[in-house]
Parts: sequence; structure tokens; C-alpha cells
Amino acid sequence: MFGELILKDGTKIEGRSFGYGEGSAGELVFATGMAGYPESLTDPSYEGQILVTTYPILGSYGVPDKKNWESGRIHVKGLIVNQYIDTPSHFESKKTLSTWLKEEKIPALEVPDTRYLTQLLRDKGAQLAKIIFDKDISFHDPNIDNLVDQVSVKKPIKYTRRVSLSAKGQSKKKTIVLIDCGVKQNIIRSLINRNADLIVVPWDFDVLKLAEKIDGVVISNGPGDPKMVDTTIVVARKLMDYKIPILGICLGNQILALAAGGNTYKLKFGHRGQNQPCTEVGTKRTFITTQNHGYAIGKIPKGFKPWFINANDHTNEGIIHESMPFMSVQFHPEACPGPVDTEWIFDKFLNFL
Amino acid sequence: MKSILLLGSGALKIGQAGEFDYSGSQAIKAFKEEGNRVVLINPNIATVQTSKDMADKVYFLPVTPEFVTRVIKKEKPDAIALSFGGQTALNCGMDLFKSKILERHHVKVLGTPVESIIISEDRAMFSDHLKKIGIPTPESEAAESYGEAFKIAKKLKFPVMIRAGFALGGQKSGIAHNEAEFKEIATAALAFAPQILVEKYLHHYKEIEYEVVRDNQDNCVTVCNMENFDPLGIHTGESIVIAPSQTLTNYEYHLLRRVSIKIVRSLGIIGECNVQFALDPRSHKYYVIEMNARLSRSSALASKATGYPLAYVAGKLILGKTLNEVVNEVTKVTQAAFEPALDYVVVKIPRWDIEKFMGAEEKIGSAMKSVGEVMGIGRTFEEAVQKAVRMLDTGQQGVTENNFPDEKTIWHYINTPTPKRLYAIAAGLKRNFSLDKIYEVTGIDRWFLYRIKNIVDAEDELVKSKKRFFDSKRNTWVKMESRDLLLKLKRLGFSDKKIARLTHYSELVIRNLRIKNNIRPWVFSIDTLAGEFPAKTNYLYMTYWGSHNDVKPVGRKSVIVLGSGPYRIGSSVEFDWTAVYTAKNLTKYGKKSIVINCNPETVSTDYDMSGRLYFEELTFERVTDIFEYEKSENIIVSVGGQTPNNIAKSLSEYGLKLLGTKAENIDMAEDRKKFSELLDRLNIRQPVWNSFSSLVTALRFAGKVGYPVLIRPSYVLSGAAMNICYNEHELRLFIKKATDIGFEHPVTISKFITNAREVELDGVAQDGEVKVYALANHIEHAGVHSGDATIVYPAERVRYFSGVKIVEATKAISRALKITGPFNIQFMVKDNEVYVIELNLRASRTFPFISKVTGVNFAEVIVDAFYKKAKKYRIEYPKYVAVKAPQFSFARLEGADPVLRVEMASTGEVACFGETAEEAYLKSLLATGLSLENKSALVTIGGEKNKMHFAESIWKLKNLGFKLYATNHTHKFLKSKGVNTIKVGKVYEGSRPNVVDIIEGKKISLVINLSEKGDGNSTAAENKSDGYMIRRATIDNNIALFTDLNSSRLFVNALDKYRIEDLKIKSWDEYI
Repeated sequence: MFGELILKDGTKIEGRSFGYGEGSAGELVFATGMAGYPESLTDPSYEGQILVTTYPILGSYGVPDKKNWESGRIHVKGLIVNQYIDTPSHFESKKTLSTWLKEEKIPALEVPDTRYLTQLLRDKGAQLAKIIFDKDISFHDPNIDNLVDQVSVKKPIKYTRRVSLSAKGQSKKKTIVLIDCGVKQNIIRSLINRNADLIVVPWDFDVLKLAEKIDGVVISNGPGDPKMVDTTIVVARKLMDYKIPILGICLGNQILALAAGGNTYKLKFGHRGQNQPCTEVGTKRTFITTQNHGYAIGKIPKGFKPWFINANDHTNEGIIHESMPFMSVQFHPEACPGPVDTEWIFDKFLNFL
Repeated sequence: MKSILLLGSGALKIGQAGEFDYSGSQAIKAFKEEGNRVVLINPNIATVQTSKDMADKVYFLPVTPEFVTRVIKKEKPDAIALSFGGQTALNCGMDLFKSKILERHHVKVLGTPVESIIISEDRAMFSDHLKKIGIPTPESEAAESYGEAFKIAKKLKFPVMIRAGFALGGQKSGIAHNEAEFKEIATAALAFAPQILVEKYLHHYKEIEYEVVRDNQDNCVTVCNMENFDPLGIHTGESIVIAPSQTLTNYEYHLLRRVSIKIVRSLGIIGECNVQFALDPRSHKYYVIEMNARLSRSSALASKATGYPLAYVAGKLILGKTLNEVVNEVTKVTQAAFEPALDYVVVKIPRWDIEKFMGAEEKIGSAMKSVGEVMGIGRTFEEAVQKAVRMLDTGQQGVTENNFPDEKTIWHYINTPTPKRLYAIAAGLKRNFSLDKIYEVTGIDRWFLYRIKNIVDAEDELVKSKKRFFDSKRNTWVKMESRDLLLKLKRLGFSDKKIARLTHYSELVIRNLRIKNNIRPWVFSIDTLAGEFPAKTNYLYMTYWGSHNDVKPVGRKSVIVLGSGPYRIGSSVEFDWTAVYTAKNLTKYGKKSIVINCNPETVSTDYDMSGRLYFEELTFERVTDIFEYEKSENIIVSVGGQTPNNIAKSLSEYGLKLLGTKAENIDMAEDRKKFSELLDRLNIRQPVWNSFSSLVTALRFAGKVGYPVLIRPSYVLSGAAMNICYNEHELRLFIKKATDIGFEHPVTISKFITNAREVELDGVAQDGEVKVYALANHIEHAGVHSGDATIVYPAERVRYFSGVKIVEATKAISRALKITGPFNIQFMVKDNEVYVIELNLRASRTFPFISKVTGVNFAEVIVDAFYKKAKKYRIEYPKYVAVKAPQFSFARLEGADPVLRVEMASTGEVACFGETAEEAYLKSLLATGLSLENKSALVTIGGEKNKMHFAESIWKLKNLGFKLYATNHTHKFLKSKGVNTIKVGKVYEGSRPNVVDIIEGKKISLVINLSEKGDGNSTAAENKSDGYMIRRATIDNNIALFTDLNSSRLFVNALDKYRIEDLKIKSWDEYI
């Protein structure tokens, strides 16, 4: 079966379908990672987006058990690859990528020139697009939706620390609230592995109403424009008033900036990949990071200083308060997919508590 | 300004090849940009790094502790770089460090501390170190004796893997499944290395590699990971390798990445490092197999695979720069602190030439045998692997091409790892062998097997639909799906030629059909960032998985230069040198060079060596595709060796404009009959010859001119299937062999002139006028392939009278053929008569040697001649002598007969300067690894003439204090001449100790084995003659071997005249 990828600018590309046979619309973005498609597809930050992978071959190791995903479902609206592999080979594979996409009703096309699409998005910026089969559908801009609301938990969930203590940070029990704006499972795993009790709350939940004593708050990654989540921004501002330590990740980074009086803007085509170099300001250290964002911090809020800078395009990659334990990063210290070089961000945050 | 001493890797040999010209050249660039003075020691004269515009000072001297020490004393460098010259440079550096020479002379080691290198090189220490930081290595123990080793093997239980310490390219390692195999491998390994490691063999584990760079601020990036197609047990240099990894999940990819970085940090590596892993395909279990704390073959591959200039960046880092202070030379907007994202896949396939070595074992394993490699780039594995197969230039059009006669043979080649395995798998899948069973037998991941099956299935589809493919009379499609099928085949990497073969059309019919239907490859660039940033890269490849081109055609001011393709016996780094300098000099005429090459070990495929680089096939199809796309003005086919030369005719017939000698004149030179008539017309002598397609007429001819005769097929690359026959029986045998390997062309037989001197003339002409030339003579008599010969410049053994005749003949030939560009003529001189043996209208193997010893860059003259601007050079007779000596790799080729013949067998060469030929020759020999640990020699001399001619040399050896062993006849003969020797029996004579015992007991450090005619042919190895057994044992025990009378004599004279400390330490510019 064949389908068509249509861009808002009129570009039409035919491709062989290997996913669900019904159309879908969203924002077309590209990602440059070479491994980790199950992690990417289940990353809630991709909610509302049609993903083009620049790496040309996808499906090679099938789909692992759900426990290895980054959330309970696929979040992309559609998938575009150069070559799909229907004969996966891996001991952990439970099904083919095609089967999975069909189960989750996600359309996917093999399009031979994904590099052309990448260059188009790079030059013109992210585009609205749709995948259609027999019947046409209309374009849809996900950035006008409250995507965070679609992917956040509906009510608080508690995770208690593991009984067996890991080597790290076992001195005393910490309780961390994680504001779920579309959290990746590995943020939860990373915190629990560091021996924290975790309360995951919805994006619009007033953290200060919790009965538990809170040691710190993590504001997670998530999809879309940070300005859509005004409730979370208000919560973050309150937390700062109470001097509760905050770590923002990705969308959480932008939320913190907005809460503190900074601003954010939409990048032309965003950063989506696993090879983004970020330099820690004031040092000669550069870290290779995973990224998935379309917005970035513009004005640094008062009292904060830039923490990381993207070594490629010099955009801001994180801010840290000059005296208070408020910090945030634009990249993903939890990786999954991607390099694990910045895991230490979690340790640094926990050490503040 | 600091002065940095850079150690090169010496001659190309199996396990250490052209990749170190690439890494050394980039290091020189990196050092010089920072204002340093670079002193290079490298006897490999054919390299780019030893050229005028590279290092500030070049020493063509052995990379050994003695010579390097003397250079240090003379040059007083501030620092030394050890990591760009392979194992040779590293071993030498460790020696200098241990003996405190570096400390004493205040020479700082740049980059990784030597203490860390020592840990990484000593298997036991490395394994202990990893254990300390909690990283697993395969269960293993080190042993220094056989008894000790066997005890370990019993404890670990078979199969076990044996590895030799401090060895390059996995030399003398292997997998033993039982005691017999263990004994064989362990004994051989202990003969070469003081220490061996016995480890548990990890069945069917995947082999994965990471290339890591680290700076002095602890910033680390992994530039690339690679997955071996073959499971653990096949050396990574022998494996088909894919980058990036295909079958690893994100978890596995980053698990191993994290471990690589942890190791690199723990050892304080600065610069580049390679870590190799074994990964269980059934769990997340992994082990570290080894690491190389230096640039390696894998890092050269990673560099070309990603576009990240690893050696250049490593050069900057060891000077103290940090990763984000080094600009990404590909994008120019980003910097080196990133990890390349690929939007394509590369497949490396090694190039073997095992069949070129008589008697050599075809099986491959944990020790290297391959002599070169190619890298195919595509948007799918299928496209990349099929390209790579063609790049090998071994005749196969793709993975489905093979001539396995039956299923039994196919299973044999699936079962036994050999260079044919890939093709056997395709053949097996074609015959519906169970894919799972192929996996069980080979351990090659099913992922790869399914991809190969995809190719096989597409071929079947074509064969089945052949009838309805298209109508050739009307040149139209029979059905519309046919176009889709053709496009599908092209996307799976099928060549026009292959499709033509399958459909019984000609290649051109398919090409025209495809162009008519607008099925063309697209030009994509390698930009290190998968298109994320607009890159200024000129690094390109072609793919059918596209719909746009990344670059615009250069147009008429572009000139295409065809490179050499894979390194192999007969075509090596020397052609890369000529291609590089030809491309460079094109700019002088306002031209933009477009280099096409497919060999990741080369300098010509570096990002800054040409106007544009297509990492592509050197096939008619692809070269034409590029020429047509770029709308180039001209193409140069005469500087890349035989591979481009072979397609010259078809390119020219298709209408591409070749620069240089006209196609019809090239044809006149290559067609033996036409060339012979030309020589007759010019009154130039040649050995009597004729060509034959029947055995009877051939035998009659040979009988008439008298034996010995030289027999050869029409198309010759490095003397393939060429041989000297001394009698009718041999001639019958070889004609049969030549026709067996499928020569459609007739065989040529010529009278072989014995004891003749061979002279090479390299030159460049313009419109028939010779603008520059130089003469060099072989030490060995005619009959030894010129690639294996010891070559002396100036041709001091050619009398003036013969020299004049040679030059006159050259001028006449050049005029007659209106030669424009490079040429090489081989002459034979006997009794003052000059004979022409061969003319090549292309740059020869000796071009870089001749350029460097005369001081005239012949490649530059080539370009000048193309544009009619060449001036005339008169080269003065020099006050020095330079000798080029071959490097053999017989030790790595079990079973191969190490003897000089008409067929080439050497893998590389070195050249050194001296005041006399003896001095230069001795240096050259030392540079190829000669070492005389004791003054004991074995001499076995066949034939009365040899005995007479060598008698004086024996006296000299005796006077030098050599203890001499000799076989029966030689012993008797020498006794009659008054020289006492210790008599040893030949093997067949039955008494012990026999010759082989003496050799294996390492009682001697030199073997001179001169055989009479006929021993140096293929029957010797097959029959395991005594000569063969002596030679083989000598090589297997790492003892110096001489098999040619003239070179043995020159060697003894050199020993007589010079002690090693007498050899002068003079740089290139002090001679010339």
C-alpha cells in the first residue's frame, strides 16, 4: 500500500506504507539519532509531531517489551523513514515495528529521500504536514493545542525508593515531586535509582497542597510551546517563592525560565538528536547530549546565569540560579535514547537537597 | 616554535598498511598549523607524508630504537608523537621510553602517557586494569611457555583463543578447538612473541568497536561505532564491517559507549583510541577484547565513514587543544566536540590476494591476511555492500556473483571462513538453504542474512520477469512495473552490468534504458551532521535512494582523477601518491580536481586533498555517471595504477575525454601484436615472442626458441598467472592453469633470457617529446617481478653504452606513440644488447621513488605535460645512491612459499639513501625488519653457477665471524674451497638435527637459500620441496631469508663494508 506525505508548502511525496493505513496530521520534524527508535517514538515530547528519521534504516531490532519504553504508547503522529526493516533481529524483540505502529494506529511511510525532507525543514523551518491514503484530511497545528494536558498523568502517583540501596546518595531519604508535563520513564528511573521517593503529579497540580514534606521538585520534559502551560509556570513561581529546589528538564527548563521572568522563542527547526554538544559555561567541558525540543530560552531571567551553551549554534542549553538551588537544562540528562554523559545533573541536583 | 619528531610506520605490510600515511599526513598538517617544525622518520618513500610539502625534515631511515635515537641526538626535538605510525612507531616509542632515551634527551611524549600505552599493550596488565575498574574481559591467562599455556587451555576448556602479545594485526593468533590445533597455534605464537594469552572463546559473540577521542580537559566523544558482519573470531581487519552498528539497541549502544569512555578516562588517553568489544547476541553480557591507544586501521575507516578527521583532531588534541577549540573542517561552522550523525551506512570489505601466494592457506581467522580494503557507502546495507563488492575489483559484480559448482561446495564455503563466505551465503540463500542454519554455522547475525536474502530475492524476481522486462528492439518497457523493478534493483545496488548479464543484454543497453527512463543516481554529501547544518563539504557519494542532488555540477573547469582503488599486491600507496599530486597540481591550470576513489586507507580520500571527492566505485558505470553529472572537461586515468587503466578504453569509447596519450596510441602500446610491430619498425629489440590459443602451436614455438620461456596472459596485473617454464612438462601445466582461471584472451609465450639485467625507465613526455626521465636498475636478474625487485638509483650497473641505447629507444617509442603524460618502460640488458620487455602508458609503481630520489616531482610534470607547459629537465648524475627494497608479509600467510618469482608477492616497499648502494641497501633491509641477533647463518646453494658466484660472499661471511651451517652439497663444495661449515641434513635425508631443526632451534639468524631454476614455481609449494621447507621454516621463525643470488651478494658486501653504527644519519635534504 502506498500513501502520501503532504507538506503545507505544497510538497508531495509518495511512499510505501508500513504502518497504520489511515491518515494523520501534525508538525513535521526531523531527528538525527542513529539508534533508539522505540525510545524516541514513545517520548511524549513528540506528541503531535510527524517524525522523519535522518538515519535511513529503521526497524532493525524490532520492538522491546513495554517496560523498556519511555511511556505507555507511541506519541508521534506519523513516521517517515528511508528503509523499513521487517526482519528484525534481536533477542529482546517482541514484535516488528510495523506491527507495533499498526496496533497503535500510527501511519508510517518509506520515502527514499529523507535527506531532502531534512534539508527542507532545516531551510524553511518545521512544517505542518499530513500523511494521507485514499481520503484527504486537513492540516493540524499541534502547537495550538495543550499537548501537555494530553500526555500528563491525571492524578498523583507515588513511587517509593527501592528496598535495595544503590551505591549513590543513600544517606537520607529524599522526597521529590515530579511535575509530569510528558515525562520520559527514564527520568523516573534515574531518580528512583538515586534512592528518592517520588510523587509524580499532573502538570496543573498545585504541588504545595501535598501533605508530604518535599525536598525538591523536578519539572519534566514535554511537548509543545511552554507558554501553553501557564498553570505549571504559576506553580513553579510559587515553588521558587518557597525556595524549594527545582530541576527543570527540557520543557521544564523553559517553564523555569518563564516562571523566573525570562522568555522563550521557537527555534527554526529545533534540536532533535543525540549528538548535540553543550559546553558548561565558564569551563572547557563539553558534553554530548540528547535533545528534543522546538523552543528555547531567549532572555535569561534575573538572578540566573547561563549554565550550558550549545557549542554548535550557541543557543542557551540551561540556566542556574546565582544563589538559590534552581537549575534547569534544555537537554536530556536521562538520555534514552542517546549518550549518558550528563547523568551527573541528577546527582548534582540531589546533592542540593 | 617547537620541534616535533613524528614516527612513521615504514613499509606497507599485512596488518599495517596505507592508513598510516593518512594519519601521519593529517598529523603533520595539524602540527604545522600550530607553528611547529616537524621531523619525520619513515622509510616508506611512496607515501604522501614523506613529500616536500609535508614534514619540514624527512629521514628515510628504519623506525627502530637505534636509528631513532641517533636522529634524536642530531635533531634534538622537543617532543615525539608515537600514535600515528601504527604498531611499529608505538613499539619503537615504548622501547625508547623504557631505555630512558627520551628522558635523557628531554623529549616529551605527546598525548597518551607511555605508561598507559604499556598497560594497553600488555594483555595481562590490561586485563588486570580493567578488572580494577569493574570492566569484564574474557577469562584468560598469559603464558610464556607452551607447558604453561596448555595448562591454562585445559582449565578454560576448548575452544580457546590464543593471542600473541605486542603484535600487529593479530599476528599468530587463532582459535583452537582441540589439543592438536592448540599446539600448532600456541607454538607458532610463542615463536613470535615472548608472551601469549589463552582466553575463553566466546561463541558467536558480536564484535563491536568504538573510536574515542579525548582531550586534556577530560572531554570525550565517540566518533563512530562499528559492527562486524563476522562474529568474534575473525579479526576485525579480516571482517566485513558496518558503520554505524545495525543490530544494537540504544541500551547496548550506550552501554558500550559508556564503557569505552570509562576505559579511556581511566588510562588518561589523550588523542585517539579504539576499543573493541564482544557482545553476547543472547543477553547484555559483554567483554572488552582489546584497545589500541593510537590511530589504527579502524580509526582510518571511522574517519572516512563519518567525515570526521580523526587523525587531524588527535594531532591537535595532543598539542593541548580542547575539542571545542578545533573547528569541524567539514562543516566549518561547528567544532570537533560532537559525535557525527550518519544518514547513510558504510560497508567495509577487506581485499585479499591469498591466491597470489603459492601454497597459502585460504582460511581466514583471528590473524590478518588481507592486504587492503574498500568502503561502500549507501543509504541501505544492500546498496553499500554491493558497491563494496565491485570496489574490490576482483571481477564480482555483486554478492550474488559466484561460481560454486554444487551445494557441497557452497556449504563448505559457508562453514569455513574464507574470502568467499559472503558469496557462498548468497549462493546458499539462492538455493533455499535455511537462513537459521546459516546463522548457526556462521554466527553472522540474521539481520545481515536477511539483507542478503533481499538482494537474492530481487535478482530472482528479475530473472523470473526477464521476458517481460523490456523490448530491446523498440527500446521501450513492455510493462510499466518493469521500470519499478529496474529502480528497485538499482536501489539494491545492482550494477548495469549485472542486470545486463541477467537479462542477456549489453551493459550499454541497460544504461541507455535507465537514462531514458530517468533512473539516475543522486549526489549526496557526507556532512557529519545528517543534514542538520548546511555544510561546506566536498565529500560525496551517489545513491539511488534520493530525489535531489546536494551539490551543483562543477562544469567544464573540472577534471576527474581516478584513484587506485583497494591496495593489493601490485597496486598500493605509490599510486595514491601520484594521484594526490596530480590532483593538487591541477589547480595550477585553474582546474578543479574531482577525485574518485574507494579506499579508506588513502590520503587521496582526505577531505582537503581535492576540489571534490567522490567516495565511489571505479567502474565504467559510476565514473561515467559522475562525469556526466559534473559535466567535466577531462578525465585522467593514468595516475591510479591498473584499475583506472583497465576502464580507460571503455570510457574513451563512450566519449569521455582522456587527458594525455590518445586512446588509439594507448591501444597500440597495450596490444602486444601492434606494439611488437612498432618495435620492429623502430628497430628496437624485444625477446622473441608469440601468442597462442592452442597448446600444440605453443609447444612447437617453445621447442624452437628453446626453454626457458616466459608465459603470460594478455591482461597482466602484478604478474598474475605469469610464470617461467623450464621444460615442456611445466609449460603444459601452466597453459592448463592459465586457461582454467578463465582467460578468454590467448596466452603469450616469449623467450626468457637468463642472467639479464633489468632496467626501469620512468618518464613523462609531451606530444612525444620526453621531458623528464630517470633510469634505475634491478639488483636481481630479470625474472623477478619488478615490484619484488631491489631497485637502485642511479642505474649504476648499466654501462654507458647500454644507457644511451635505452634512452634512444625511449625517445623513439615516445615519438612514435606521441606520448603525453607518464610512462614506464622495462628494459632488459644482456651482453650489451638492449631489449624492451614492457611499456606502460601510465605512472608506474616507481614514480614516487623516482620523484623523491631525483628531486623532480614527476606528478607535477605529468600535469604540466597535459597542459602543454612541461619544461625539459636534465637530471644530473647524483652523488648518492638510493635503494628501494621490497617488504614481504610471508609470515602472515601460512603455507605461502617465500621466494622471488615473476609473480609479485611483496606488500610494500621502503627506500633509503646512502653514499654507496651497500649503505643504502643495508639501511633498507633494516627498515624492512632485518635483524641479525647472532652471527650464525645457514647456506644452501643449488646449482654450480650459484655456488661459484656466491663463493666469495661465503668467504666474507666467514671473515666477518659468522658461524656457518650448510647442507650436504654446499658443505662439500665449500670444503673444496677451503671454507669449513657445519653440515646439516636435509629433511628427506632423515638424520637429525636437520635444517629445519636448526632453524626452529633459532641457532641461526640468517638463511641464504639459493635454488637453481624451477624451484620458484608453484610446484615447489605443492610438493613441499626441501627448499620450500627451509624457506617456510625460516619465515615462520622470524629469521632473515635471502633467496636471490644478486641481492644476497649485495647484502654480504654491505655487511662487509658497514657496521650498523657506520650508517649515516642524514636527512633527505642533506642528500638532495
